[in-house]
Amino acid sequence: MLRDMMSTFELQQPSSVADALAILKKAGKDSWVMAGGNDSLSWFKDRVKQPKTVVDISGIGELKGIREGANGIEIGALTSLTEIVNNATIKAKFSLLSNATGKVASPQIRNTGTIGGNVSQDARCWYYRGGLTCYRAGGNTCFADTPTAMNREHTLFNASRCVAVSPSDIAPALVALDAKMVIQNRSGTKVVDAEKFFVGPAVDIINMTILKHGDILTAIRIPNTWANSTFYFEKVADREVWDFPLVNVAAAMKVSGGTIKEMRIAVGGVEAVPKRLQVVEDLAKGQKKDINLAKLAAKASMRGAKPLNFNHFKIPLMKNLITRTFRDS
Amino acid sequence: MAYKLIGKDFTPPDVLAKVTGKANYAEDMRADGMVYCRILGSPMPHARVKNIDISEAKKVKGFLAVLTADKVPSFPPPNNPILNNEPRFIGEPILAVAAETELAAAEAVNKIKLDLEPLPFVTDPLESLFPRGPEARTNGNVANVRLKLQKIKWSAKDFASVREGQLPMGKPAEKWQFGDLDGNFKKADLVLDETFVTAGYSHHSMEPRSAMAYWQNGKCYLFGSAQSQQFLIFGLSRYLGIKPPQLVYNGAFCGGGFGSKGGPYAEMSIPAHMSKLLGGKPVLMRVSRAEEFAFGKGRPGFQGRLKIGFRKDGRILAADMFIVHDNGPNTGFWDFRNAGTSFSIVFQPEAMRWQGISVLTNTSVRGPQRGPGENQLAAAVEPIIAKAARKLGLDQVAIRRINAPDNNAKIGAKQGPVTSAYLKDALDKGAKMFNWDEKKKESGKQNGSKVIGVGVGSAYHSAGAAGFDGLVRIMPDGKLHVHSGAGNLGTYSYAGTARAAAEVLGANWENVVIERGDSRKGLPFVLGQFGSNSLYTQTRTNWAAGMDAKAKLQEIAAKDLGGAPGDYDTTDGKVFNKANSSKSMSWAQAAKRAIELGGKYSGKEMPKDINPITKWATASIAGSGLIGVTKDKRPKKGVTPGLVTAFVKVEVDTETGKVEVLDHVEIADCGTAVHPASLATQIKGGAVMGYGMALSERYVFDPKLGMSFNGSLHNSRPQTILDVPAEMTVDNVGKPDTSNPVGAKGVGEPVQGAATAAILVAISDALGGHMFNRTPVVPDMIINAAAGRPQSYKPLAVNTQ
Repeated sequence: MLRDMMSTFELQQPSSVADALAILKKAGKDSWVMAGGNDSLSWFKDRVKQPKTVVDISGIGELKGIREGANGIEIGALTSLTEIVNNATIKAKFSLLSNATGKVASPQIRNTGTIGGNVSQDARCWYYRGGLTCYRAGGNTCFADTPTAMNREHTLFNASRCVAVSPSDIAPALVALDAKMVIQNRSGTKVVDAEKFFVGPAVDIINMTILKHGDILTAIRIPNTWANSTFYFEKVADREVWDFPLVNVAAAMKVSGGTIKEMRIAVGGVEAVPKRLQVVEDLAKGQKKDINLAKLAAKASMRGAKPLNFNHFKIPLMKNLITRTFRDS
Repeated sequence: MAYKLIGKDFTPPDVLAKVTGKANYAEDMRADGMVYCRILGSPMPHARVKNIDISEAKKVKGFLAVLTADKVPSFPPPNNPILNNEPRFIGEPILAVAAETELAAAEAVNKIKLDLEPLPFVTDPLESLFPRGPEARTNGNVANVRLKLQKIKWSAKDFASVREGQLPMGKPAEKWQFGDLDGNFKKADLVLDETFVTAGYSHHSMEPRSAMAYWQNGKCYLFGSAQSQQFLIFGLSRYLGIKPPQLVYNGAFCGGGFGSKGGPYAEMSIPAHMSKLLGGKPVLMRVSRAEEFAFGKGRPGFQGRLKIGFRKDGRILAADMFIVHDNGPNTGFWDFRNAGTSFSIVFQPEAMRWQGISVLTNTSVRGPQRGPGENQLAAAVEPIIAKAARKLGLDQVAIRRINAPDNNAKIGAKQGPVTSAYLKDALDKGAKMFNWDEKKKESGKQNGSKVIGVGVGSAYHSAGAAGFDGLVRIMPDGKLHVHSGAGNLGTYSYAGTARAAAEVLGANWENVVIERGDSRKGLPFVLGQFGSNSLYTQTRTNWAAGMDAKAKLQEIAAKDLGGAPGDYDTTDGKVFNKANSSKSMSWAQAAKRAIELGGKYSGKEMPKDINPITKWATASIAGSGLIGVTKDKRPKKGVTPGLVTAFVKVEVDTETGKVEVLDHVEIADCGTAVHPASLATQIKGGAVMGYGMALSERYVFDPKLGMSFNGSLHNSRPQTILDVPAEMTVDNVGKPDTSNPVGAKGVGEPVQGAATAAILVAISDALGGHMFNRTPVVPDMIINAAAGRPQSYKPLAVNTQ
């Protein structure tokens, strides 16, 4: 029972994706890809994860920067959150992403944190982070889902043995913007919808994304589909700074003459993945963007909610955030 | 009174080192041949160590030694042990391992195999009081300082005879009463009976309690992190098993303590014991954040009940208080007692009964935290006072003013006197600066989902002690050295109080040197730097020592220049004849003469009634200059109260549970402001800590695992710069306390409680008088209350999220 002291590991610092992939292959399963280090180092310091090899990809220049193309923008996975917040194009066309990114952690963490790292971060369930051998850690129990467990910050929806939630503020924004995740491995490059990038425990109880050993998330593409839409992002947390969402919401709406033509909306902090609310999207289509719609949508969004002992407040909170999405955007 | 230095801003000498990173904290200390040690903490909340297998640890390259409980002094229960074979909380140090590198020490710790027998444990005091409930220790469940370890169980009838959610009131461990309680309750026009819970939480000092130590020529050299300096010497020597003169203690810088590092503590001795085991080799023990959370102390939580009888004008006729205090596993601290005393001074009840019980739990170690007991009480009681005002149709300030103490106030069980109390003035000044009469009209005003609430709340802590020692020295170069034994918590009062000696002598501040931070520097014995006392206590001791030096300067001048000592006065660097200023000598000359004269002038003779530590200090500098040394003998009749009141306006978002403080005015009754800039930061800093107490900070323990999961800063959620208003308005009443030579009183602690209380009152106000009767009030509680949903926690539950 000793924490806050890293174990030794072999540190590799490749300067290209090709080198990084080669190193990962050579190092085998007991290796770890580290970007900004905010998630990785806390795991290492707590000695809960003790990889033999750490592949620090932060020096790979080709993974940094924001590029504008005809069909949208491409953000290198190692682009810092601060750079995203300050980027003029993103602010102008995709302010949803700027706003969500600006709510992550603290200014200091946004300076070192990367977008790839943010969306790939592991579950924040404190039983899991505390080093207990739960389902997510390869065990056969969940400590957070017991009659007395402290689960205020856990799931409302689709728990499957594990009740941890998606902790990212950026992930719901990417789902709402229909972003595409670019993943490279030794077989080549694949592009996956953001919505498919995140996976729940029913699919994979160990990993929160589809990234497998040997995969590197290299870029995130935001198509122009939702550029300049009506956006809404809100995060509710216990503090203004350095806190994960109790619930957050990200929405993109195409509104014309007060009527919603189409929309995408996703909620974080309520399920292991950013929860896309297609029920709400369908409900809103062709409807007046008004308080009646807001209330209907809020109610409809709750179907299937199964609160735990300490988190039933997430029901009114999420309803309120859905209401605000329509009312206050 | 017009002062040359008192009441003027200045830059304390260690500020530059702190803001440039040059200050050396314990963890920065290095010595030739230094090695490292790490602690093995208990993985169980209560267990017996049956066997320790170090065979694998010994194979780690660089391994040096294992220090176990049998190799260190032990103390009678329920004292905090240094190392323990019956750990009573998760993370309690069982043993320490030394190695040539810190990494090797950590690897070796991880290779030690413990055979532990799990024992029953408890995280909720009421569970321990319930018949046949689990107990935190095998030999008792109730203890505190001056309350022996014992077993107290309440009856099932005690529990069954109260309504759901009401605190049962079984046998207390202690109680007191004054006045006609029953008679006064009968006379009351309104009686409120409320049950409440205030959460315990960690101090989270920025600097964990790391320490470095080595032995040389039979002396232990210890570099630690503590609020206090000379106050540590006796207790620390006991932890080390040596005599006080064998200890050299250096604590020049301290990265925060908030009460958790006020006195000597067990863990600081671990590297010293390890060093002894290694033949005196320097050993550095860096304490991690998780370890600091486990044994770095936390505020006790309360489960309490308060019945108050009000006259229709708001006057409190009777109060009946019961506090169940969560004391952690060991000695803890007496917050429960302070809650009773605090109510008695802030509200001046005509009759009062206080009952309390300090129950042991297998949770993190508890100790005093800023306003220990006083601030929990402020948080619990002020919303109840607000409820009474609403029921009686009274103004929130008026109901507090009618009960507020003045110079005739009485305090505590014995209803003793106070040296000064100007809480009414603080309320008046605050109400004016806050513009209460206008702002209260905004109460309940809605803007979409947001509602305005206003609140006021007060808090108390005793604010000074008497009878300690002062020591100053005028050197042959003419400089005045003020020897400060207090410590350097970070409030800079060591520097502010040094100005009292300079003021007496008329010294220019640039000619003053403060000696501090190392027991080799000849530092006198004063009370530790805690309990809001340093400012008051040390302005007295330094004033007295300054007076003693002044008298000696006058005597030397009279001897050499003729006339009587009374013919002479002092100013910067000079002692001169008042009638003929050409008859003068410099302090440099006087200091040389003092050395020649010897005896009391050079410190070769010293008063008999000073503390042994001051005697050793004086002896160590005797003969090096003119010595002023004395015990503070100024009379002090009664308790010196530090009183503070705060006014806030909040905006509560009923849809998200967010609370934003829009306006904050806080007024201290702290006598003369010795260092105005420092006073302002003290009030604001304390208030910010109060925001955490009101809105976010609490222990969370899983009751089935006995394990806490918020041992990190981000999971504990102290408030950040972006969680608090950019501007706060702070001031002091400014009426001097005549028992102090410069009129000063301390104020470090109630500044927190007043802020907490005012915020909680304002939230309740915004929600139409909703009573949470619980701290902290976190967003989910507000969301549930606004949505008309039940809360997730049971009414008396503790350590919940």
